[in-house]
Amino acid sequence: MTLLPELYMLLFSVFFLFLSVGKKRISLFTTARVLALVGFFVALTCAGARGDLFAGAYQVDFFSQVFKVLLSAGFTLVVFMFEKENEVENLPEFFMFLGFSTLGLMILVSSVELISIVVSLEISSFSLYAVVPLRKAQTRTQIEAAMKYLFFGAISTGIMLYGMGYLYGMAHSTYLPDIMVKLPQFLAQPLGVLAIILTLTAFFFKLSLFPLHFWAPDIYEGASDATTTFIATVPKIAAAALLIRLAMLASSAPAQLATVIIVLAAFSMTLGNLVGLVQKDVKRLLAYSGIAHAGYLMMGLLSFNREGNAAVVYYIAVYLFMNLALFYVVMLLSRRGENVTINDLSGLARRSPLLALTLAVAAFSLAGIPPTGGFTGKFFLFVTAFKAGYLAIVIIAAVNTVISIFYYLNLVRVSYSRESEELRPLALAFHEKVLCWIFNIVIIYLGLMPFGLIDLFRNAM
Amino acid sequence: MSPYLTMNPFGFPILSTVIFLPLVGVFFILFLNGDNKIKTTAFVAGLLTLLVSLMLFFNFNARTPLFQFGERLAWIPAYNINYVLGVDGISLMLIVLTAMISPLCVLCSWKAIEKRVKEFMICILLMETAMIGVFCALDFILFYVFWEAMLIPMYLLIAVWGGPNKDYASLKFFIYTLFGSVFLLVAIIALYLVNGTFSIPEAMFKGYSFTFQIWVFLAFAIAFAIKVPMFPFHTWLPAAHTEAPTAGSVLLASILLKMGTYGFIRFCLPIVPHASFYFAPFMIVLSIVAIIYGGFVCLGQTDMKKLIAYSSVAHMGFVTLGIFTFTVYGFMGAMLQMLNHGVTTGALFLMVGIIYERTHSRQIYDNAGLGKFLPAYVGFFGLFALSSFAFPGTNSFVGELYVLISAFARSRTAGFFAAVGAVVAAAYMLKLLKQIAWGREDKRDLKDLDVREFVYLTPLAIFVIWVGLFPAPFVRVMETTLVHLFMQLNKLSQ
Repeated sequence: MTLLPELYMLLFSVFFLFLSVGKKRISLFTTARVLALVGFFVALTCAGARGDLFAGAYQVDFFSQVFKVLLSAGFTLVVFMFEKENEVENLPEFFMFLGFSTLGLMILVSSVELISIVVSLEISSFSLYAVVPLRKAQTRTQIEAAMKYLFFGAISTGIMLYGMGYLYGMAHSTYLPDIMVKLPQFLAQPLGVLAIILTLTAFFFKLSLFPLHFWAPDIYEGASDATTTFIATVPKIAAAALLIRLAMLASSAPAQLATVIIVLAAFSMTLGNLVGLVQKDVKRLLAYSGIAHAGYLMMGLLSFNREGNAAVVYYIAVYLFMNLALFYVVMLLSRRGENVTINDLSGLARRSPLLALTLAVAAFSLAGIPPTGGFTGKFFLFVTAFKAGYLAIVIIAAVNTVISIFYYLNLVRVSYSRESEELRPLALAFHEKVLCWIFNIVIIYLGLMPFGLIDLFRNAM
Repeated sequence: MSPYLTMNPFGFPILSTVIFLPLVGVFFILFLNGDNKIKTTAFVAGLLTLLVSLMLFFNFNARTPLFQFGERLAWIPAYNINYVLGVDGISLMLIVLTAMISPLCVLCSWKAIEKRVKEFMICILLMETAMIGVFCALDFILFYVFWEAMLIPMYLLIAVWGGPNKDYASLKFFIYTLFGSVFLLVAIIALYLVNGTFSIPEAMFKGYSFTFQIWVFLAFAIAFAIKVPMFPFHTWLPAAHTEAPTAGSVLLASILLKMGTYGFIRFCLPIVPHASFYFAPFMIVLSIVAIIYGGFVCLGQTDMKKLIAYSSVAHMGFVTLGIFTFTVYGFMGAMLQMLNHGVTTGALFLMVGIIYERTHSRQIYDNAGLGKFLPAYVGFFGLFALSSFAFPGTNSFVGELYVLISAFARSRTAGFFAAVGAVVAAAYMLKLLKQIAWGREDKRDLKDLDVREFVYLTPLAIFVIWVGLFPAPFVRVMETTLVHLFMQLNKLSQ
């Protein structure tokens, strides 16, 4: 029972590995969807599992199970959203790699030991390196994106290993609980701070937090829509999980770390939002929006308590849905898999009112306007950071909210008030409509009725 | 029930009913096809809301300053956020006003809106829910959610159905308002950290330290001053008003602007009284600048809608002046002016909408000299124009008189300049009225008011004359609450 979600993901990936070598006789999309959905329910049923495996290196607790549910929800939604045969080459392999990546991330949220962390992170990353160039050739940008992703990813892993070396040298243990107990001691010396920051580099990379954000815009632009959707959401959940795990293990709030986090958060949100203002390509815009959101997320980590961690989990859950919703609009708009620019959105409200509504709900949620989930999540983050005494970052984030509304609102504005020459209505299939409504309802539900979920997350911390 | 709330005498949660009836209308409209059915449904939903809100008015106990018709449910217990609703003398009339104006907005858009009728009506009803919610909410977060949720339908009203410059106007409106709101949010969180609750009444008269009060006041004031709008923050208003469709302008002028002044009187005075005393001279100066500046800008306008929009700046200056003079007369005048401005300016925007449907121009010259062809139209226009510059016997006279008395009591200079502003108001409104009635000689083929237009102008006209001659019923409902507020402030200022 304890390892069932992971085992299921492994089987899922291996199944598609076999499909990729055999003759394709069955409908790949239907198979993948059914299997992914089953996986989601498997993760749900295992939410109560507890265990301590591999000499304490692998912890299955409520915390990790909550994240596994989130991860598999994200994975399932991505599989459901994506259905363009002509967008991705080698379809079975594509599903296989996504499955492996999710598997790695599931292992990551349970790992509490440095070596397991590295291994699981690499399982996930290598699958993604392979998936980025799988876009059907339109230009050569996907190759460029893949190279960049590989290089940046490898370098960030290298830096992480370097930092881990220091951590091991100081704590004489690779177990996170041991390291975190000794944290106050070696945070007193500059080297200790450096070691921690270097170790966190790989996770900052996954979250695309400043100064490790360089890859995001190019990879988002170069990879296919489905790949970008995955990269933009699911790995971020796991990276946030690991940061929260560290914050949970730290006994008290280390002031030195807090300063570093504040600076990174402030730069990340300001840079992301300012550069987001001038973007033309919707996916690039979303990359910068992701950089800004990584900054917001860091605010919750500052408080180093249960409430703050729960706020972070809540935000990442909301972020999953609102980001997926926006990407879904992009996917449905580009039926041939080409990149969507902001101008392509014009007249969307005419062509498909539902799609325009989904875009509006997602954009307002990303901007943090009530009654959407984005507001409620951001509100929780603000309260916890303010409570911990960090007023400055709250005000910076508030100002950033205003800056970001320019480009989010621009998406809505173009789709509602600009007319386009192309007035061909955009027909949506039944299941596409259902998925759009699911996104809208979930985002508003998370905004208005956070009570059950936030309590659940608090209990998981 | 909390000490500040009194029970709801009805067997059903009446405030929730008023708030969510329009939302029920939205639900029905979602499944309807055919423009006429949609319009009728929206109108009926608005009318039902008005009926329920009148039940509030007639069952309101005017002898207690407590919040009435209370409702309380836990919402987000983890953060001590509750769904608390209640109405007192300050909010009651604003709720009734909202419920009255919204169905009129449906009526006035009957022919003017031809494209995307369904979405338009949904936006109007969503606005109504959010606006009534703002006035009923007694929990900061509930208040904030309604306050911000209003932005989205209003933005769409301007951006989709607006005039040629709608892109710029809607964006400016949205960003300006949002900019103020985020500071409001920070102030709300600061108050929560001190009080441990988001309850609005529990945050009042708590004796916070002076520095804390100063910061909270500034954060509140930025949000509310933008919404009012007070003098340096008013630039979004003419743009939004001119570009919005008639219904949008009416909602903006009648209700949205009131939210700023409502915020001042509901939040700033009781929650941070010392800071309010400290900043009162600045606020009074800004109010007077708004009155006089708004008046002179109006004199130079050639666009009817723009003129009325700038006159709003001047009128809202009277409201803030009344609030920050700290007398019972001032508060009462401010409250009455809020209602009066809601009715009169709303009505004037309706008049502009009516003539625009006929001549497709908002320029004063294009619409001049209508006295001979459109007697009924000009009759109504005259009444509302007189009311706008506070001619005795109309509603605004009562409110403005109260405010002027209060201003003179506080400082003669302030009173003098406010009086000058009132004269300028007479100048620009009479100039407009003269042009509209007798400005041109040539003959044009225009139709006078039809039945639908009579129907929605008559209640407003009745209100104008009724309040002008016999304001007692309206003063009565707000008196106790305002006197109570004054007493408590008075205790602190000694």
